[in-house]
Amino acid sequence: MSKPVEEDQNFEEELLNSDLYTEEGHWHVNAGGNTIHASRIPGFFRNLRWYAQSIYFFFFIGPYLQWNGQRSIYFDIPHRQFHLFGITVWPQDIWMLAVLLIMLAISLVAVTAIAGRVFCGYFCFHMVWVDWFTLVEKYLEGTPSKRRKLDAESWGLRKITLRLIKYVIWLSIGLFTAFTITAYFMDTKELLNGYLHLNAPPAAWGSLLINTIGVFVFTGFMREQVCFWLCPYARIQSVMIDRDTVWPTYDAKRGEPRTKYARGPKDSKAGDCINCNLCFNVCPTGVDIRNGMQEGCITCGMCIDACDTVMGKIKRPKGLIRYVSRNELSGKIVPGIYKRPRVIIYTTIILLALSGIVYGLNHIAPLEFTILHDRMPVYTEMSDGSIQNKYTIKILNKTPKDLLVSLNAEGVDGLKVISEQGEAFVLPAGKMIPFHVFLRVNQDVFKTSNLPVKFRVKGLENKEIDISYKSMLIGPKS
Amino acid sequence: MDNNMKPDDKEKYGSDTGHEWDGIRELKNPPPRWWMISLHASWIFVVVYLFLYPSIPLLHGSTKGLLGWTMIKEYKEALTENDKIKAPFLSKISGMSAREILADAGMRNFAEQSTKTTFGDSCSACHGGGGQGKKGVYPNLTDDEWIYGGDIDTIIETITYGRQPAMPAHKDILDDASVNKLADFVIALSQGSATPEGWNLFKRSNCVACHGNDARGGNFNKNGSGAANLTDKIWRFGGNRDEVLQTIRFGVNQDFPESRKAVMPAWGERLSADQIKMLAVKVYSLGGGQK
Repeated sequence: MSKPVEEDQNFEEELLNSDLYTEEGHWHVNAGGNTIHASRIPGFFRNLRWYAQSIYFFFFIGPYLQWNGQRSIYFDIPHRQFHLFGITVWPQDIWMLAVLLIMLAISLVAVTAIAGRVFCGYFCFHMVWVDWFTLVEKYLEGTPSKRRKLDAESWGLRKITLRLIKYVIWLSIGLFTAFTITAYFMDTKELLNGYLHLNAPPAAWGSLLINTIGVFVFTGFMREQVCFWLCPYARIQSVMIDRDTVWPTYDAKRGEPRTKYARGPKDSKAGDCINCNLCFNVCPTGVDIRNGMQEGCITCGMCIDACDTVMGKIKRPKGLIRYVSRNELSGKIVPGIYKRPRVIIYTTIILLALSGIVYGLNHIAPLEFTILHDRMPVYTEMSDGSIQNKYTIKILNKTPKDLLVSLNAEGVDGLKVISEQGEAFVLPAGKMIPFHVFLRVNQDVFKTSNLPVKFRVKGLENKEIDISYKSMLIGPKS
Repeated sequence: MDNNMKPDDKEKYGSDTGHEWDGIRELKNPPPRWWMISLHASWIFVVVYLFLYPSIPLLHGSTKGLLGWTMIKEYKEALTENDKIKAPFLSKISGMSAREILADAGMRNFAEQSTKTTFGDSCSACHGGGGQGKKGVYPNLTDDEWIYGGDIDTIIETITYGRQPAMPAHKDILDDASVNKLADFVIALSQGSATPEGWNLFKRSNCVACHGNDARGGNFNKNGSGAANLTDKIWRFGGNRDEVLQTIRFGVNQDFPESRKAVMPAWGERLSADQIKMLAVKVYSLGGGQK
């Protein structure tokens, strides 16, 4: 009986002495219990972030940009048309959206393989908006320590006033964002008028409300929690990176053991890290980069700026934390970017998708042409003994101009085409009005009950238009 | 026991419940905050829903809910909304003649589409869902054989006032040999091989009074008498010899059980003029409309 107990104790001791607990400490991340108040330190990557963020300038001016007298980007949902810089994309061309999404997804994967989560650190709208929100906090409430104090403070007039001002500014940013998003789907002037006169359509109100509240809550309160628990990107980053991926990395060989800074010559055993914790203090997601790569790291480079500042001050070489790959750090030879199979494969996929989109945009058919063969009755015997089939013709004119076209059918001898629209007719721009066409033929042509026929639409002014549609002529087998 | 735990465990795992058995501490591990928020949001939603909507089943019906929402109300509202969308088109239809509708592709399509249910309710019982009729019993509307005329005005007239043709029974008027010869003659006529003797018999037997000298239907008025065109390939009551004999012998709408029954009801009392106009446009477009 005593032996198993002894074994248990041994196991327990082993467990306690192992690194498991120390490691587990690193696994622990902030689950939303406390707000992260990061310092802001100027530096190269801080500037880079500003430059990268400026791309959102185009997001805000997008609804007002004109292109050849039309809106440059306009998603017209009620009319089911998407206007992109003079090109009108119809739902029928939506396959291009799939290709576009593939391209964007693979681009993300490719960028991740080369340089990690560049998107998160520099371009992700969520982190960009968080950056602005915390900037508001900085000017309103002061340094991180002051902000933390204010958080802990009980509710008084000062706190209420400060919070109220902050929330109003946050909500204004949210409102402007929501308005801009909605404006991509509606006429901007009409939308603004609708909001001001309180008669905007319900969908516009819904969009404004959801986006405003969404920005306010997600950006103002959830912040890095969104990256941790909502965004799938961090969850799958480990399958996208390898040992050649560059990442903000703490050079542990150089840094350890961490030793407090003292004036005078450096102790030969001491590492370069002076445990100032500045890298941790500036991290917008509350990550200690010295624990290695982790899911919270959005690779924004703020810790690099912080560390470089400190190293500069204490006259030690910069780059204790730097963008570096694991292979490079361990002294291995790093292959050139375009010699890595991942990069080659990703690039191929991106180029294929891109050429698909370019092809698609250049080959948007001017007409969408469909024919339905009426099934009730399948055919009719006419008074002269001929057989008549009825077809419903649907031609959608996707161009912005009215088109004069002719419709004909071929493929069977002695085919008589009777169209409700006549032989030549005008297709109104952007419209589709179904009409009927009757095909009449002598009964004796039916050697089989199904004969293939081909309908053909030709542009009478625009000779490039020549579209065929295959259908069936059905009659009694003779 | 406490000494088995690291000092920072308390901080890491949070406080305990105060329960301890044989050194095993029961920790307080509250679910994540977002989880608790969704839990509370869910039950609040349920309570609000209970008050606002019909929800608790009682013996007779259920609680009504404060909003007074019912499914049938929602359906009726949707119907009103649909009517509102159709209203401008329908008023346009009122102001247009059937010929004008036929000339306007958009209105023609609207008329055809929106009269589908009327056609299904009123017409398809006899004429079939697609207007194909039933051979020998109900006329096919998709072909180009029109006993009363296939122009749009006559179609409107036919739907509004109905039709009730008559053909006398010839079994007591003509001898059986003549009836048989007449049957052979009209079948030959339809195949384009009529003989002069046949024509003579046809004229002698007074068939021309209704079917006309050329056997192409009647000439009482501009739309014909309701007597069929005997020269084409379409047979109103069936084209084989027995069927033709039966029609000649017992007539149409006569007092014999074998007599052909052919009555088109008048829809003018049941349908509005606009409904009939749209129906006529659909019938005209089925395949045989004539100018």
